[in-house]
Amino acid sequence: MNIIVCIKQVPETTEVRINPETNTLIREGVKSIINPFDMYALEEGLRLKEKFGGKVTVITMGPPQAEQALREAISMGTDEAILISDRAFAGSDTWATGYILSSAIKKLGIYDLILCGKQASDGDTAQVGPGISAHLDIPQVTYVKKIEEVKDNSLRVERMMEEGFEVIQTPLPAVLTVVKEINEPRLPSLRGMMRAKQAKIMVWGQKELNLDPQRIGLCGSPTQVIKIFTPAQRTAGQILRGEISEMVTELVGLLKDEVY
Amino acid sequence: MAIEIIIAKCTGCSLCVKACPFTAIAIVDKKAVIDLDKCNLCAACVPVCKPKAILLRKPEPVSRPTDIKDYKGIWVFIEQKKGKVQSVSYELLGKAQELAKKLQCQVSGVLIGNDVDSQLDDLISQGADNIYLVQAPQLTDFQDEPYTNILVKLIQKYKPEILLCGATAIGRSLISRVAVIIKAGLTADCTGLDIDPKEKILLQTRPAFGGNIMATIISPNYRPQMATVRHKVMQPLSPDKQRKGEIIKESFESSLYASRTKLLDIVEEIEALVNLAEADIIVSGGRGMGGPENFKILKELAHVLGAAVGASRAAVDSGWMPYSHQVGQTGRTVAPKIYIACGISGQIQHLVGMQSSRIIVAINKDPDAPIFKVATYGIVADLFGVIPALTQKFREVFRK
Repeated sequence: MNIIVCIKQVPETTEVRINPETNTLIREGVKSIINPFDMYALEEGLRLKEKFGGKVTVITMGPPQAEQALREAISMGTDEAILISDRAFAGSDTWATGYILSSAIKKLGIYDLILCGKQASDGDTAQVGPGISAHLDIPQVTYVKKIEEVKDNSLRVERMMEEGFEVIQTPLPAVLTVVKEINEPRLPSLRGMMRAKQAKIMVWGQKELNLDPQRIGLCGSPTQVIKIFTPAQRTAGQILRGEISEMVTELVGLLKDEVY
Repeated sequence: MAIEIIIAKCTGCSLCVKACPFTAIAIVDKKAVIDLDKCNLCAACVPVCKPKAILLRKPEPVSRPTDIKDYKGIWVFIEQKKGKVQSVSYELLGKAQELAKKLQCQVSGVLIGNDVDSQLDDLISQGADNIYLVQAPQLTDFQDEPYTNILVKLIQKYKPEILLCGATAIGRSLISRVAVIIKAGLTADCTGLDIDPKEKILLQTRPAFGGNIMATIISPNYRPQMATVRHKVMQPLSPDKQRKGEIIKESFESSLYASRTKLLDIVEEIEALVNLAEADIIVSGGRGMGGPENFKILKELAHVLGAAVGASRAAVDSGWMPYSHQVGQTGRTVAPKIYIACGISGQIQHLVGMQSSRIIVAINKDPDAPIFKVATYGIVADLFGVIPALTQKFREVFRK
């Protein structure tokens, strides 16, 4: 099975803090990590390969330093890594990103399954996975929490919904976006880390992918950010005092009109 | 390059350094310098620069559609499950009516399914001026491909100016696919929508970086302008039975209703008595619950309040509650009217998933728990004493 896993390098959100004096983001020294949801996609790709053979290729689009995320993926056991990077890609929104990634997947040529995390922890859009499948015109199943069965070039999967889950059969090739419940990602092995250090990482830019300049970067992005601001921070309210029974009575009094 | 500092104008005041969400700007020799490898051309620095020393050239798309003016009206994708319209669709109709007043246009619902006629009156009474209705047995349950095919055809035929959709599992999956096919701008998980009074375009505001920053996004050159909106952010209209609306029935050749994926089963999990995303009240437990058996007291409180039960990552990772109940960065984002956090310390990953709740109640015995920094009301005490007492008290109050 030829599996392509799409990952994104993101800032570790837990370390993003607001400077209370200036009310601005403190991002100095914030570590970059692989988007947490993509770790589950990577792990699932590796498990499928271990069971059915084949190859796992990991791709990421981002600035040159996103190479680090690819090396981490190699240390977990992926076979090949490609960095999709070009100044011309800067400012790409989800439409353009889907176009660029799907073009890279087309260039890779042979694939049975494309795995993505359900969304990235920085943008939270959940649009790029379905976007890739739409650009490639192949089926998609989002929010996959379990691959039940792999048979006859098709998958039976469980898709997480608000009230429970759906069981869906999809032919391959397909795009799956996965949620945390699907597995527990492995830690890098020592051998993997050695491999990652020495691995040669291919870089594909606009020239290699032969992309329509009207469909990439700011120019190819239907959406434009016009303003970024820090939301009003929630402030601490009232701490109730007294014995438990007094606090409970007070709280019920405060809430009962809301609860009706 | 698309962004540059006009050195002569730059005063080195460093306001842009603070505004940059990507730490791409530094002051070197009293002038701002942009690290182009980090810059995402997000434009956050441009408005804060008082001497107007930052130049961001936004290239105009050449293949700009020329018929933008032909696109009229606001559409809401009406989400139904088992034939029942979901509450988020009513919330969106309410918001759409507010926007429609500013654009002086109509609000249409798009309802795809089978045997869903019974809800048309409700949709009209709560804000739909007309409804595009597509019914067929193959469309009973949502599936990505047929629903995408139909929505794309309808958009191409009727050309709406704006298309809104719930930021649900179905909505986010469907609409992302539609946006790619028709090449439209799509903004996910909006918490604010407005119309620019001058340009008459949709202003879409959404949180990013786990809610640490907000971004306002526009899609001026493409139609429809598409956005998904979270549950519980917008207000539905109260039903007005006098409202009139038109039903426009559409059908397409059956090949459009075909799906490569096959929906084999829909399994509802018994634990999910009240859907977290749609709940007005959520009672949530964390590590302080001590074990799975103790969630019983939370479920009792939830039962009395008609609330959903949530859990922190710590509780889910310990196997006390299923993942479908997890609130936070790697779980669900919720914004109920009341969120009662019990034995949850309030790590940032949890806070980003619930801090838009209107009222937050924190019950924790550690007075230094970060959850108290965002709590509207805090009780510093042992939750095993507080929760049963709270359940009892609410029961008494409701009996009256």
